[in-house]
Amino acid sequence: MSDQLTQRATRFVSVLPHCRLLNMTVEYADGEKVILKLPYSEAIIGNPDNGIVAGGSLTTLMDTACGTAAFNCFEDGEVCPTLDLRMDYHRAAKPGENLIGEARVIKRANSLVFTQGEVRQESDNVVVATCTANFMRIGLRLGSK
Amino acid sequence: MTEAMRKILQQCRDNGDFDAVIDAVPYAGLLGIKLHSMDLQPTFILPANKDNIGNPILPAIHGGVIAGCMETSAALHLLMTMESIALPKIIDFSIDYLRAGRLQDTFVSCQVWRQGSRVANVAINAWQTDPGEPIATARAHFLLVQE
Repeated sequence: MSDQLTQRATRFVSVLPHCRLLNMTVEYADGEKVILKLPYSEAIIGNPDNGIVAGGSLTTLMDTACGTAAFNCFEDGEVCPTLDLRMDYHRAAKPGENLIGEARVIKRANSLVFTQGEVRQESDNVVVATCTANFMRIGLRLGSK
Repeated sequence: MTEAMRKILQQCRDNGDFDAVIDAVPYAGLLGIKLHSMDLQPTFILPANKDNIGNPILPAIHGGVIAGCMETSAALHLLMTMESIALPKIIDFSIDYLRAGRLQDTFVSCQVWRQGSRVANVAINAWQTDPGEPIATARAHFLLVQE
């Protein structure tokens, strides 16, 4: 079941041009949770002095992770546009670290999907940012899994 | 801060060449952010770019790209208008999406509501054809790094 959902999430993310540009990959997905990986690269550096990645790349990781979790929590897979999103940056991600974004569906409602998640460093699991994002249901189904 | 970066920042202060600063930030280059105009306040432009698509069906710009562009613009805005010279650090960022960002040029402007000694609060708007019809509005807090 989770293998199928991981495959469906992988198909969903792999057709997004900007996620391909960032080499973002789906590590795991089930009906509630999605785990994505954002590999470190020089292209996403926000501070050229110390090699720390731009907050925007973490926002993109979490918008994608939360959006994929919202998509995947429906039997038929529903594409849900982001209504709003908040990031809290607890600490700078260590330069060179691959980042893991985990998103969870907190509540599935008639018109909305509420999600939360966090970004961790791959090597030591240290949380570098947390995220809350809400998605609109517009009835756009992409077909069953 | 490295001497090279300090030099770039000082030069842009002296002669208003902010493109050199933007060029020095790899992530700004990845998205394609440029300074569009500089009247009283800077306006930034994110030119239409297929690599920034997040919804291939519409097609629409990835919401993360719109957020990343707005956050980067706010940091650059502070850098351009602050007295001290150092890249501010993002503390938190909150964005409301109002319309789909179509595959066309996107403009971003910022308003610094409060700049204390340690923290700045910035409101950010993004639009495409009409500034009165923003595609997204955001707010951010930055930690101001004293040099």
